[in-house]
Amino acid sequence: MASTTQIPAPPARRTALSNKQGHKHGPRAKGTKGPGRFRPNYLGGLGGWLWLAVIIVPIYYVVVTSLKNQAGFFTSNPMLPPSEPTLDNYKLVLDNDFAMYFFNSLMVTVGSVVPALLVSFMAAYAIVRGKGRFLTLTNNTFLLGLAIPLHATIIPIYWMITKAHLYDTLLALILPSIAFAIPISVLILSNFMRDVPNELFESMRLDGCSDWAMMWRLALPMTRPAVVTVGIYNALGVWNGFLFPLILTQSPSTRVLPLSLWTFQGEFSVNIPAVLASVVLATLPLLVIYVVARRQLLSGLTAGFSK
Amino acid sequence: MSISTGSSRRVLEKGPSGWLAAPALVFFLLFAIIPLFGVLFLSFTKWDGLGEIKLDGLSSWTTVLTDPVTGNALWVTAKIMFFSFIVQAPISLLLGVFTSASQKYRAALAVLYFVPLLLSSAAVAIAYKALLDPNFGLGPGLGLPFLAQDWLGNSDLVLFVVVFVIAWQFVPFHTLIYQGGVRQIPASLYEAAQIDGAGRVQQFFAITLPQLKYTIITSSTLMVVGSLAYFDLVFVLTGGGPGYSTRLLPLHMYLTGFKANDMGAASALGVILVVIGLALALILQRLGGKNRNASQLEGA
Repeated sequence: MASTTQIPAPPARRTALSNKQGHKHGPRAKGTKGPGRFRPNYLGGLGGWLWLAVIIVPIYYVVVTSLKNQAGFFTSNPMLPPSEPTLDNYKLVLDNDFAMYFFNSLMVTVGSVVPALLVSFMAAYAIVRGKGRFLTLTNNTFLLGLAIPLHATIIPIYWMITKAHLYDTLLALILPSIAFAIPISVLILSNFMRDVPNELFESMRLDGCSDWAMMWRLALPMTRPAVVTVGIYNALGVWNGFLFPLILTQSPSTRVLPLSLWTFQGEFSVNIPAVLASVVLATLPLLVIYVVARRQLLSGLTAGFSK
Repeated sequence: MSISTGSSRRVLEKGPSGWLAAPALVFFLLFAIIPLFGVLFLSFTKWDGLGEIKLDGLSSWTTVLTDPVTGNALWVTAKIMFFSFIVQAPISLLLGVFTSASQKYRAALAVLYFVPLLLSSAAVAIAYKALLDPNFGLGPGLGLPFLAQDWLGNSDLVLFVVVFVIAWQFVPFHTLIYQGGVRQIPASLYEAAQIDGAGRVQQFFAITLPQLKYTIITSSTLMVVGSLAYFDLVFVLTGGGPGYSTRLLPLHMYLTGFKANDMGAASALGVILVVIGLALALILQRLGGKNRNASQLEGA
């Protein structure tokens, strides 16, 4: 597949492919392109709408309920929007240090994803372009990391973090998050880097470019879609992470959003609309990113994991 | 890879220094590989999480291996792994094929399908707790008695509720993997099949499924090994209950270590978790026939 295209940019490859299909079927076949779609697939369509209902009903319920007051919640039809929508629940959540938890989550996510990307990119470059037993061994170590449920190691990690006097700090969350992001990052990045034509490296080499310079001036631009993919994937994982915050932090000042949802639910368990408002607020930043950068996000993830 | 002239080939032989891989390796060794040995070491000790760590021989292992809760946790894990796979794999595969086609409405549906990817497990669990509440949830509110069950309090039902919620959260991710896989199948294969008069179902079984072999292995490996990491969702949704009915192995490890303060026994459970994960990953890779990375390289 990849050998037919020069640039390893997944979105470009995708459009090229679908255009080609479109041309082959001609304009009359509009709406029926793609694998084997020569007449409307009613059964498939039905299944598709059914799954949409499965996905949307819970999300709709959460949003609608979060806009109800408590009395309205107990008396109204759960699937109907409130007769008097209120934002009081959101105010309650915001008044309960939401901004601080948000900021903590942001710090941990950026603090983990950026270094993880940097070290994984350098490692992938060395693994693909370099030679020697050390690099093979390094690559195999990372591959092993993919097969192991790394969360099984939380107890020694807890011990190390307490010994390093990092317990209940944001750095305690950042350090293991970087390490856990490395195997999948190196795998995806190196898969993409293998598609960069060798000739490009050779010609830069003949121009007197060092390996270090080639990494930034050739490998990085050529694998940018993969870097974005890996960044998004890791950011989702860290932003939504629950286990590390649960075992490595304790006080409200180091609390991150997923953990705050849990504690908020414990404190306000009777006020379900407020609890659900906290769920909406915690998801909102990602939803905004999704709406803005949907294409990049989805095509990146598709390409990253299907290679 | 490619054939190059003698002179440039000689220059290329050097390649970048292995030191570039060192920072990643150091991080990974420090926070993944050393803890991996640490968990084995700690399984032979007695530690309450705060005081001194004392060597204690095999007593943690005896505790863990004779405790019926461990066997139960393994059984619950196996059941959730099995049912999650049975539910998620076909749905993701079909949705992946469905969304990979280029009809406009399918693309629009796909945008909504992937929204669950954005939610944290804690958020999903809290939403479903409210939704499934036997008194104030969706069922009683709509006056539908069959939906008004005590979903999370009934030990016969709860396992399937957990499987459903897991599928709700993770099917989108696997759909995405399959979507990418289907899009890489050459269109010429389908054209040839259509000329031969193959129907949609025939094409699915004769082309789509065999062509997706490596995608199926990737997705299944992530699914099965990933089901050993369903911790946060189940922790918030049921806390492992009612009784022990959803106490998965990772959850059992957490509760043993951080609630019952028996880090030795929890470490032994961690070792069991690692061994199972490794064994499953190896078996699944074997099922794929040959080394996936190597074969992908040949094709590229």
